[in-house]
Parts: sequence; structure tokens; C-alpha cells
Amino acid sequence: MSKVSMTVNGQSVSEDVEPRMLLVQFLREQLLLTGTHVGCDTSQCGACVVHVNGRAIKSCTALAIACEGATVTTIEGIGSESNLHPMQEAFREHHALQCGYCTPGMIMASIDIVNRKGHKLDEQTIREELEGNICRCTGYHNIVKAVGAGAAAMAKTPA
Amino acid sequence: MYAFDYRRPSTLNEADLALKAMPGAKLLAGGQTLIPTLKQRLNRLPGLIDLGAITGLDGISRKDGTLVVGAMATHYAVANSAEVKTAIPQLANLAENIGDPQVRNRGTIGGSLANNDPAADYPAAALALGASFKTNKRSLTAEQFFKGLFETALEENEILTEIHFPVAKRFGYAKFANPASRYALVGVAVAETAGGVRVTVTGAGADGVFRVPAMESALAKSFAANSVSGIAVDTKMLGSDMHAAADYRAHLIGVLAARAVTLAG
Repeated sequence: MSKVSMTVNGQSVSEDVEPRMLLVQFLREQLLLTGTHVGCDTSQCGACVVHVNGRAIKSCTALAIACEGATVTTIEGIGSESNLHPMQEAFREHHALQCGYCTPGMIMASIDIVNRKGHKLDEQTIREELEGNICRCTGYHNIVKAVGAGAAAMAKTPA
Repeated sequence: MYAFDYRRPSTLNEADLALKAMPGAKLLAGGQTLIPTLKQRLNRLPGLIDLGAITGLDGISRKDGTLVVGAMATHYAVANSAEVKTAIPQLANLAENIGDPQVRNRGTIGGSLANNDPAADYPAAALALGASFKTNKRSLTAEQFFKGLFETALEENEILTEIHFPVAKRFGYAKFANPASRYALVGVAVAETAGGVRVTVTGAGADGVFRVPAMESALAKSFAANSVSGIAVDTKMLGSDMHAAADYRAHLIGVLAARAVTLAG
């Protein structure tokens, strides 16, 4: 076991981990932040997307121990039930989910798109940028609408 | 994933010592291939030496006629670097089309090249541009570096630190991406440098990235998309798998070479 320290959703955490523990296992099993999901074993589905040092990554494809000193944000860290993040609100408003399994990853990926590409996103850009997130329910149409609306809404809301 | 020892050196020298101390250990860069491989128990390692805490390995700069890219530069960094976009714009475009955004945020150019996946994009660019590979021990040409499927000239205790791309007169890269993985089903790079014209192919070769001399000499005479039409690549040197047969890959090489020439301008 080795010690790893990082900041998760604004809180400092320091835990003993096995080197082989994935970041997603650390978040879910050690910190009990189960909003981040695991949908595949092959780094393709994007259900596990979180932000590490401000960039979206697949937490199933990073070792927890390699995130020493990092700042991590998960779906639990962006809003609350009474005060949803604008991107969460847009997903609710546009019915951009059915089973909801992919949604945390979709939302974290979408906020990263806005951070990189700005608040005015055309449909083509959104579809290309969602390459790394798979949804098996919706057919994506409402997700694409939600990301565009959420991106615009984020411009009006202080981060 | 099987258990392994982990080291997180803060200098290249410490990484070198860690490699010597743990025979069989591997270097961890972005981990976007290595971690999935370990997760599926396709590989079992005594140790991982994480290069993530070593500063100064991810810089991108231009020195005269050479674009110098640190081995730990992410695909995102290469795709969005003003230096890359100015010096070799199509190299930025190549990086922008690797995998997906989350993979690009984490995966590195050095990790990709050291892994030498036969369907990776960077090997085609590195061989076409005549890149040189700087390690903590020596410098290698692209021809020396790429050895075949998932094999390079890097020795057990050698660490790739920089890739030096000569700034080309023209460079284009076109790929037909596997729709699931975004790896190149076939990718073709075309470069005109001081050393002449080079055409390289990734994704298709049974033995990894390779050059197409017939297309190179045709383009040297006339650098135009129609110069490569009708030049066939021997299907015996191409791979065949569930994704595409060798004759289909051969067809794609011709189509993509013409597109790469057009993109090179």
C-alpha cells in the first residue's frame, strides 16, 4: 500500500491505496462517490469521465496513485439537488437521459467541451466532441440539444 | 489487474535508476494503452515507473527548422499548440483526430510512439517527416526507431524524451478511422522536406508503418493528387483482419494518399 493525496471536489483526501487501484475505484469504493460510473472495461464508454486538473479524463484509465497532488472534480462536485449545474439543468430540461447511467460522464465531458470550445457550440462540434461517451438509450439527439443549451446557459452563470 | 510495484521519480536520472532497480518494469506515460492492457490482464509487469512527475518533458518549441515536441506532451497539447499549428499544421490535425477528447487529454506522443501500435497515427507522421528520436542515451532516426509490430529500437533502460520534426515544405495526413476505436484502419502521410518526398502508411502494414517508394518518386516528379492514382501497393505486405481485408486496405491507401497530397497543398 502507498499513500496518495489529492483534492476531490474541494476537499483534501489522503488514503492508502494499492498501486493498481484505478482512479474510478478510488472515487467509488474508497471515497464512496458513486456518481462516477463504470460502463465498460475498454476505455470507450465514458461513463467514468471526471476532471483532473481541469481536463476531462476517463477515470477507469488512470491509476489513483498517479493522481498524486491532483485536483479532481466529479459529478458530485459541480452542483446539488437544490442547485443544479447549468449543464445538469439542461440535461433535465431537454430530457437528455433515459436510464441515466451514462449521464454523469456525459455531463462532465460536456462541461469540458465548453471549457475548451466556448459557449456557442454547433451540432456538428457537439457530436464530434461526444465521441468518447456512449449512450445506449437516447439516440443522442436530446443529449446534443442539452449540451448546446447547457453551454449557452453556462455563459450566463458564474462558474 | 495484477499487482505491481510503483515508482514516481521526479527526475530522468531517478527514472533511469528505478528502471535498473526493477528489471522488467515499464514506463508509464499517459497510460491510455498500457492501463487498458493491464486491466484486461493481457500483460503482467513487476513494476511501473510513472514519468508524470518529471518536469520539462512536455514542452513544445521551434528551433530554427525543427519542431521539438517533448515525449510527455499530450495529444491535446500537440493539437492546440500554436507552434505546431504554425510549423506543421497537419500534425496538429493528426493529433486532434486521435481517439476521443478524454484520451487526447491524457495520452502522450511519446507513449504512442514508444508503443508503436501498427494502427497508431504518429508513426506515419514521424517516418514521413524524417523525425529524430531523442532518448536519455542517444538519438535515433525514424528508420532506426520503428522495428515492426509494437516494437522499437528503444532498449530496456532507455527513455524517449523528445521528438524532433523537421519543418516540412508540405505535409498532409489522411486517415480512414476504425469507427469503434478511431485507430487508423489505414492512414497515409505525405511530406515534402529538404530530404525529398516521402509517403508513409500506417494501419495497413503487416509489419507496421512503411514507405511507398513508387508513390514517392511519382510525387517527386509532380506533387499532385492524380500522380498517385493507379499506383498499387502489394497486398502481400498488408494485414488482413476482421476490420478489413488486405485488398480493401490496398484500395484505401490509394484513396488516402491522394487526399493527403491535397491536404498537404
